[in-house]
Amino acid sequence: MSTATDTQRKAPAGERVADWADGRLGIYSLAKANMRKIFPDHWSFMLGEIALYSFIIIILTGVYLTLFFHPSMNEVVYHGSYEPMQGIKMSEAYASTLDISFDVRGGLLVRQIHHWAALIFLAGMFVHMMRVFFTGAFRKPREINWLFGFLLFVLGMFTGFTGYSLPDDLLSGTGVRFTQGAILSMPIVGTYISMFLFGGEFPGHDFVARFYSIHILLLPGIMLGLLVAHLILVFYHKHTQFAGPGRTNKNVVGMPLLPVYMAKAGGFFFLVFGIIAVIAAIASINPIWAIGPYRPDQVSTGAQPDWYMGFAEGLIRVMPGWEINLWGHTLVLGVFIPLMAFGLVLAIIAVYPFVESWITGDKREHHILDRPRNAPTRTAFGVAWITEYVIVFIGGGNDLWATHFHLSLNAISWFVRIFIFVGPVLAFIATRRICLGLQRRDKEKVLHGRESGIIKRLPHGEFVEIHEPLGPEQLHTLTAHEQYKPVEIGPTVDENGVERKVSALQKLRARLSKGYYGEDNQIAKPTVEEYKEITSGHGHH
Amino acid sequence: MKKLSARRRHPLAAVVVLLLALAATGGLYAAFAPASKAQADETAQSLAIEEGKKLYSVGCASCHGTGGQGTTDGPSLVGVGSAAVDFQVGTGRMPAQQPGAQVPKKKVIYNQAQIDQLAAYVASLGAGPIVPTKNQVSPDGADIAKGGDLFRTNCAQCHNFTGEGGALTNGKYAPSLEGVDPKHIYEAMQTGPQSMPSFPDTTMPEQQKRDIIAYIQTVNSAQSENPGGLKLGGLGPVSEGLFAWIFGLGALIAVAIWVAAHTAKAKKS
Repeated sequence: MSTATDTQRKAPAGERVADWADGRLGIYSLAKANMRKIFPDHWSFMLGEIALYSFIIIILTGVYLTLFFHPSMNEVVYHGSYEPMQGIKMSEAYASTLDISFDVRGGLLVRQIHHWAALIFLAGMFVHMMRVFFTGAFRKPREINWLFGFLLFVLGMFTGFTGYSLPDDLLSGTGVRFTQGAILSMPIVGTYISMFLFGGEFPGHDFVARFYSIHILLLPGIMLGLLVAHLILVFYHKHTQFAGPGRTNKNVVGMPLLPVYMAKAGGFFFLVFGIIAVIAAIASINPIWAIGPYRPDQVSTGAQPDWYMGFAEGLIRVMPGWEINLWGHTLVLGVFIPLMAFGLVLAIIAVYPFVESWITGDKREHHILDRPRNAPTRTAFGVAWITEYVIVFIGGGNDLWATHFHLSLNAISWFVRIFIFVGPVLAFIATRRICLGLQRRDKEKVLHGRESGIIKRLPHGEFVEIHEPLGPEQLHTLTAHEQYKPVEIGPTVDENGVERKVSALQKLRARLSKGYYGEDNQIAKPTVEEYKEITSGHGHH
Repeated sequence: MKKLSARRRHPLAAVVVLLLALAATGGLYAAFAPASKAQADETAQSLAIEEGKKLYSVGCASCHGTGGQGTTDGPSLVGVGSAAVDFQVGTGRMPAQQPGAQVPKKKVIYNQAQIDQLAAYVASLGAGPIVPTKNQVSPDGADIAKGGDLFRTNCAQCHNFTGEGGALTNGKYAPSLEGVDPKHIYEAMQTGPQSMPSFPDTTMPEQQKRDIIAYIQTVNSAQSENPGGLKLGGLGPVSEGLFAWIFGLGALIAVAIWVAAHTAKAKKS
């Protein structure tokens, strides 16, 4: 009797809730499959998390801002609490942003968190993307996910742009005008797109309301979808890991999602939120009250976009004002070429995974990351790309470089015009040499051990430095990477003396492949025989 | 009266009337005209011009010519007015240290009395804008909001939204307006120094100049409030971007390294 009551005893409340949910959602099988999912540990794997968490912070603070923002370009006269704007005519959008800043409780802090988080979101995505690039994490099977991530970055740029344009202040209005100019520079379609987007001549009465829909609904909606797909693919592919003992292409060594990663990631979210909130509390961002309302007849110096658009600004600033006039139509190359270059530079990094896999002919799956030095050509290409980005960036801030370093604005523009072409080449050459040097050092370490810094005097008076042999774990880590052979075209004449046709594309591919894996372009890693020979030799030093 | 009217046709009558009229005019003039003061002022003025000329010969003549007519090294000073001298010498721009894209603001080497003497001398070369009075530059009772609007229309394209300054071509620049004496701002608008266009009273009345001065004092002086916190130089997105990358992302990466370094480790036996 008593045993029967024992088994009939009600389960704890939590278990009952879980049972109820499992019956309807099947959470047990989901949890079983995913709770023990293993993630490897490395600080650089958390850069994407910075982006993810700042995106969540942006959504949360953005919702609060929509409660008070009026996306309207109706003209009003300001009578709020900011004295230097009393009686000034402005759009309702600008006036409501002033109200958010000065009259809504917590409004200014939330606005600043929203904007700082946006800058950090884009910066987080950028460094995350570079981590993936330099470790080769974009290789099969992750090329699609690389594209998703790239799209998130580009959409993030435009979400940011439509966002900072909403307050209709003098700075962002200048930026919108810039964008309209870029749209107009497109042959044939430019004027139509501009008229369609602005509902007539610039600035019209519509763009704030339209940008508002794009900023709070269209782009974030697409981004949210891409983000979920991005994370599902991370789960599906499993996370990559750096080479090390016990780590193979077929396993993942690390900690389970629950409880370790849930705790770490949850904690990290609050750390990210905390740091962004502290920055927003101490440093002002986009002080629209000091900038003034937008009027097409006014403009200020130092009009730059937020950093992620600084690249476009730089291209425009350094481009000579060329234009062609043909049959009564003007093609404004001074704006159109930068617009094309903007897309081109972004596209180059987007398609890189496919180009690399075509050149190297590598179609296998890769779950072990490369150390950047072990892929010198790829690393050099990435550094060249970043160099290009940074040089154009300098052009975007040319006026501030000029005033703060007492330089001539024109000299800076000329520097950028030259180094936009020369800089990436120099960076490519230097980076590849550095990578090869580091490979040689690794080889040296494997064969001769680590320099211990201990100087020993031999009986006959000679001084030698003692090299400590590396442990097996380090030896494995330094030699785990695979080294590839360049793609060969093969004999162009077969045994019967018949010439085989080789397309120019194939020849190009072979040459490029040699550039990646040719003899001079990677240092052959030490072989077991070499290692044995050196370590078995007595008194080798 | 009869006696007087009887002699009105006397041959000497006209002489007497003339004498009386002269005496009256002279007497009235002596009574009302600030004769002695005018005389003293004139002496002080000519003394100032005299002293100013001496200072000018030592400090300025090598570039601007012995009579202010200008040389290849410096422009003519005829007609620039005392306001231009008070601005250029009062902010330390003149005497210039070396030729260059633009003469920078530096330590003022003359005292105000000497500057006034120099100004008096240069003003004596030809009429020009004069140094404003205290009331003319006072921000009291000025319309700050209107000043802001005027500033954004006329000044911001070179001096930035709140007068932080900005770059011009070939090493020239519009300087920061932070901490600049209202008198000097007024004089700069009046005279248009270096690359700056001038805004004479005909295009920008005195009241508008005071509004602009009041606006700058409100948004860019030691007393201005920054509701958002650190203003990061007031330079806009470039300094914000640098701050976000260095302190924002920098701090977050440091935290990420810290979190990654503290992991649940399998117990070591």
